[in-house]
Amino acid sequence: MSEITGYQPVAMVWGGVLCWLALALLAIPLRAHKRWLLAGFPLAALTGLWVAAVGVAGLLLPASAQIVPVGFPGLPVHLRLDALSGFFLLLLGMGAFGVSVYARGYFQHMEIGELARLAIWYPAFLAAMTLVLLANDAYAFMVAWELMALSSYFLVTSDYRVEEIRKAGFLYLLMAHIGAVALLLCFGVLQGNGHTGDAAFTFSAMRHGVLTPTQASLAFLFALIGFGAKAGLVPLHVWLPEAHPAAPSPVSALMSGVMLKMALYGLLRVGFDLLSVRQEWWGVLVLVLGLMTALYGVIFAAVQSDIKRLLAWSSIENIGLIFTGLGLAIIFSVEGKSGLAALALTAVLYHALNHALFKSLLFVGTGSVLHASGTRLMSGLGGLMRKMPWTGWLMLLGVLAIAGLPPLNGFVSEWLLLQAFLFTPGLDLHYLNMMLPVATASVALVIALAAYVMVKFYGVVFLGQPRNPALKHAHEADIWQRMGMLWLASACVLLGLLPSAVIVLISPAVQQVAGRVLTNDGGWLVLAPMDAARASYAPLPFWLATLAVLLLVYGLVRFRYTGRVRRSAAWQCGFPAVTARMQDSAEGFGQPIQHIFSSFMQVDRQYPQPQDRTPHYASVSIDQWWHFLYLPIVAATNWLSQQTARLQHGRIQWYLTYSFITLLVLLVFVQ
Amino acid sequence: MISTGASGMISGWYLQIVNLLAALLLLISFAMLAQRRVAGLISLFAWQGAALAVSTAIVAVFTAQWHLLYSVALTLLLKVMIIPWFFYRLVRKLGMSRDVEPLLNHSLTMLTGIVLVIFAFNLALPISQMAGTVMRSTLGIAMACVLLSFLMMITRTKALPQVIGFMAMENGIFFAATSATYGMPLVVELGVALDVLVGVFVLGIFFFQIRETFESMDLRQMEKRKEH
Repeated sequence: MSEITGYQPVAMVWGGVLCWLALALLAIPLRAHKRWLLAGFPLAALTGLWVAAVGVAGLLLPASAQIVPVGFPGLPVHLRLDALSGFFLLLLGMGAFGVSVYARGYFQHMEIGELARLAIWYPAFLAAMTLVLLANDAYAFMVAWELMALSSYFLVTSDYRVEEIRKAGFLYLLMAHIGAVALLLCFGVLQGNGHTGDAAFTFSAMRHGVLTPTQASLAFLFALIGFGAKAGLVPLHVWLPEAHPAAPSPVSALMSGVMLKMALYGLLRVGFDLLSVRQEWWGVLVLVLGLMTALYGVIFAAVQSDIKRLLAWSSIENIGLIFTGLGLAIIFSVEGKSGLAALALTAVLYHALNHALFKSLLFVGTGSVLHASGTRLMSGLGGLMRKMPWTGWLMLLGVLAIAGLPPLNGFVSEWLLLQAFLFTPGLDLHYLNMMLPVATASVALVIALAAYVMVKFYGVVFLGQPRNPALKHAHEADIWQRMGMLWLASACVLLGLLPSAVIVLISPAVQQVAGRVLTNDGGWLVLAPMDAARASYAPLPFWLATLAVLLLVYGLVRFRYTGRVRRSAAWQCGFPAVTARMQDSAEGFGQPIQHIFSSFMQVDRQYPQPQDRTPHYASVSIDQWWHFLYLPIVAATNWLSQQTARLQHGRIQWYLTYSFITLLVLLVFVQ
Repeated sequence: MISTGASGMISGWYLQIVNLLAALLLLISFAMLAQRRVAGLISLFAWQGAALAVSTAIVAVFTAQWHLLYSVALTLLLKVMIIPWFFYRLVRKLGMSRDVEPLLNHSLTMLTGIVLVIFAFNLALPISQMAGTVMRSTLGIAMACVLLSFLMMITRTKALPQVIGFMAMENGIFFAATSATYGMPLVVELGVALDVLVGVFVLGIFFFQIRETFESMDLRQMEKRKEH
């Protein structure tokens, strides 16, 4: 352990954690003062910026560790900041800054009780996530992990009067606990190779542990279940589409953008750091689960008509893509192809960062839409571009980024992921070689469908005519909200335009995990992974050229055709009056997908009656996993409980007899 | 048969007394199992405590385990004086000196008790060979006392006999601890004594509450409170 000094990055991040915790504690006595509570959010944002800056320092400087004597007696908290933590701190800080600035504006119309609950748990949530990244022993990790789950549970249920929100919160808490139990078992398997006592649970002891292949596989599987439940891997994803719409929008943004990445961090930490050897089938498993998740997520995103639910499913899809890349990285690293593992990992980390930014942007933008219109249902939205130009344009950037269009950031990471897939034919496992083209095609399909989902999302909400007359009074987001969104959107643009610089920045994390950095063959302007002759991407020249062509065309039109335009009424296709109801609806847009992938889901349709004056069609797609997995589990649990209830007679003599018989049996065993 | 060498002469007669007291303890346990009047049960409980205290005191003096004397004092104070007095008072106030109806047939209970004693002796045999104390032969008796008290708790329907059974079980455990390891550490002993005292008073309060609510001390009345 290195000496504790005030200048180490780890101590500086610890300062940030204390800042957030202080904000959370200060909010308790100030819970009746709206102005003070609101002032906490910009402060939380500044702390986020600080943490992001120290995260960059963590990427660039060597790892630093510290022991903080808090917590249980004899069990101090071990903290460590290395390049991997540094990268995720950067992600957390960038996301937290934008979302917290936005939250200052968004929460100011809340009633005071709910605002107080949010102001207490919001900084605590940020502090818990930071602690997860810093923890260097299993105790601290589990405490931070549970604090993260609990604080986010209270954030989700901040509007606890609504029954659906309470139910969503319960489901979330339940899944979080199942995951936490799996993590506990994982750390249990990892510890205890000769070490005993308190030191056995430090990560440094686990790193030097020697596990048999079976033990290592067991630990990895537990980690996959535990972190998969938090990340939303199919089939542990069911809480995500319920909890994200239930939470206030900035909280959804943080949960989706940042918290899901904590699960990725955990799996990287366990899989690549604490476990010294990996096996190829782990990679295949993660790859298959990731692909399933991505495909399942994007299909369900396409058929949603609730904007936040759509974004939640889209998060599942993105997590699926990220885990697909992770699986690929494990396969490459087991086969000793560390260069390719570095490529896949760069894609994974890049996409995690991107998703943190654009999904936060989309969720907070959705919050503004929700605030302006009062509804989350697409059937009551439309044409908001004219009423909310700021939100509309910034959301357009986010939508283009998540759809994976150049020159924005989503394109870079998805392109890198596809590049990693294109390098797979050199693998040693032949059956894998045969299956991977299918996986590549599925990834391409997912990315294309994601673009389709975003066209639906943006087109129905912002374009066209308002579907509800009340939308005429929709108002633009205030200055705080715009600033928050502007930060996130400009980060998306920057990450898209300067991929080479970003890859250099995150290379220490890749180096730490994969043992090598991604070789960029193209210099600072051009991104060319591995080999410039194969594929390269130069966003800045591309963007400049596009801009030049655009300006040229604009100039030509402006000056050559000026004054020669004849204005007349447009041909209305034979319809005398065009109303908002004639637009493509959200259900209509999703119908082809619903039709093609009907075997994936159960669809409940409501058809209009022939005599209806205002016919209305609605369809709800139900997740099949409920029927296949969760409802049987619920039924089995109920049955078991009823059988156990037969033991209950309510007679004290019977209970004493139970104890007596147990005692006798145990005594016989002792003998 | 226990001690050898120079101390053999001295240890001989005091161990005889301890063994006698242990036998008395077992006898009292059987008597409690058979006793049907509550007042008699309380007297038996007090006598059991007294026998326990005397035997512990003898062991303490002859093996120079002076810390055991604190336990003896505690036992005398609590189990021979305060708790029996408190129970007598309860019985007078609540007017429940009537016969207690056992749940199980009388002779069947006694037979079960004998089976339990045989079981306990068999069980204690290997353990007492490992124990390094002079009283190790009484371990079987101590365990038999615990099991018999438990059986008494099971077969009675009224609350007060059950509490007395619980106390008697605590006596058996204490005796077992003395036989196997010369008693528990004093801190544990004090804690247990305090627990017992507090428990008795809480139960006393409960008795009044139960009678007020159900107008009877019969626990079968409480089965109606079972949730369906």
